[in-house]
Amino acid sequence: MKVLKKATAGTMESSDAYIEIEPCDDVEIELSSVVKAQFGDSIIETVKSVLSECGVTGARVKISDRGALDCVLRARVETACLRGKEQ
Amino acid sequence: MKDKVVSSLREAIINTGLKSGMTVSFHHHLRNGDFVLNMVMDEIAALGLRDINVNASSLFDTHKPIIEHIKNGVVTGLSANYMAAGIGKAVSEGVLAKPVQFRTHGGRPSDIELGRTPIDVAFIAAPTADTMGNCTGKTGKSACGSLGYAFPDAMNAQKVVVITDNLVPYPLANWSIPETYVDFVVEVPEIGDPKGIVSGTTKITRDPVGLVMASYAAKVIKSSGLLKDGFSFQTGAGGASLAAAKFLKDIMLKENIKGSFGLGGITGYMVEMLEAGCFEKLLDVQCFDLRAVESIRDNPNHCEISATHYASPSAKSAVVDSLDVVILGATEIDENFNVNVHTDSNGYIMGGSGGHSDTAAGAKLTMIIAPMSRARLPIVTDHVTCVSTPGRDVDVLVTQGGIAVNPARAELKQRLIDAHLPVIDIHDLREKAEKMTGKPKKLSRGDRVVADVIYRDGTKIDEIRCVPKEG
Repeated sequence: MKVLKKATAGTMESSDAYIEIEPCDDVEIELSSVVKAQFGDSIIETVKSVLSECGVTGARVKISDRGALDCVLRARVETACLRGKEQ
Repeated sequence: MKDKVVSSLREAIINTGLKSGMTVSFHHHLRNGDFVLNMVMDEIAALGLRDINVNASSLFDTHKPIIEHIKNGVVTGLSANYMAAGIGKAVSEGVLAKPVQFRTHGGRPSDIELGRTPIDVAFIAAPTADTMGNCTGKTGKSACGSLGYAFPDAMNAQKVVVITDNLVPYPLANWSIPETYVDFVVEVPEIGDPKGIVSGTTKITRDPVGLVMASYAAKVIKSSGLLKDGFSFQTGAGGASLAAAKFLKDIMLKENIKGSFGLGGITGYMVEMLEAGCFEKLLDVQCFDLRAVESIRDNPNHCEISATHYASPSAKSAVVDSLDVVILGATEIDENFNVNVHTDSNGYIMGGSGGHSDTAAGAKLTMIIAPMSRARLPIVTDHVTCVSTPGRDVDVLVTQGGIAVNPARAELKQRLIDAHLPVIDIHDLREKAEKMTGKPKKLSRGDRVVADVIYRDGTKIDEIRCVPKEG
């Protein structure tokens, strides 16, 4: 399914991530991260996997990562998806 | 004799005979509030001088205009013991052709006094000075307390210019630097912004991770066997270090332990420990906050010391040689206990040794306090990006996930185990952190050397390479 509306989750605090999600035909991911060089690929992989677990096939996802652990990232992306799917 | 006051900074610079290719020096007690370095370098540029070597005890981001002077060829060499992230980024991206020379707070005065790094003209920012150049940092609207780092410059430069915004009639009593070293005195409206010179009260951390580390740190000190009458101590101004000092103070008061001295850059917390009777004396090379400035002015047991006296390895003795315990930070530490405080984990310069390797070499117990990871990057790595302090001088690493003891300190390790502290092998600590964060990918480094890291004995211990610009 597709995300129905704009939604956000998370914060810009260190060790957190701020996720913005909005309707889109395909999945588009935009990543900025303080640890992009060290963990960029792994972050993209995690985001894709959470989107697929949430059944999201269309969304533009903007991630502003401040060094979130994988579990934090997962929780923030999932929350953004759930908020974006609400009527 | 006519007094030494000249009418302008420009006239003072001309009178010193400063020429292109020479070395000028600055001290950093006005920290991020300093106006003096910029006003001097602007005047040097306006005089058309070029190829100047700047030897500053530290550079803060308020000194960013120096980057323009580098681009224009006015400044072609930089030496410092610490460099804040704004200037560090430009250096890491290769703005300067010659590598920056990083030294330590003890190595810098040592190299100056041994003639390895001669200074042509020293510019001393002085919160109060008289007309013959006797000066102090303890009084005046821009008071900064100790002038410790300025002493070796004043005593060894060919020419010395004192710059003040509080010119008083001769003679000033209670000077720090005496007139015997000073050539010219210049009065300016403001040498700095008091808000940037001293911070308000630095607060101890409320972060639960920081408090756990601080509590472990205090217990390690207690268990080390060093915490007894005559104890001496240095700690940094970071939140967790201050919290460790607070826990240590509680232990000292409860057990009625009378320490000998507190050392270093001094904060209000160390002043509180002095006033509570934890120490007999404070030995102060730099004041970090208002409380410390008031104390060094009013309390005769709070003594100013020079950088040489603080930490020079070539002095007949320095205070660090008598130090029991020091608590220090790290951006990275490797499995051989080498510590990086020069660069961040992306390789950008954002600090420097300061007194890190001096106190580590001198202290009987050198403790690094750091969280297991910061913003997903584990603190323990296989090799640090830059060796600031060699692992042989580091005894113990305290994190919230356990305490790693240098294998060369078997006796200390046993003491901590006997005290039921959570001792962990440093390899296991690394794995524990990486289980949480994932394994970070190795970064690629540029080929060009942008900084040499010079150990306190004058030998090169490491070099820092450029960071390639993104995109």
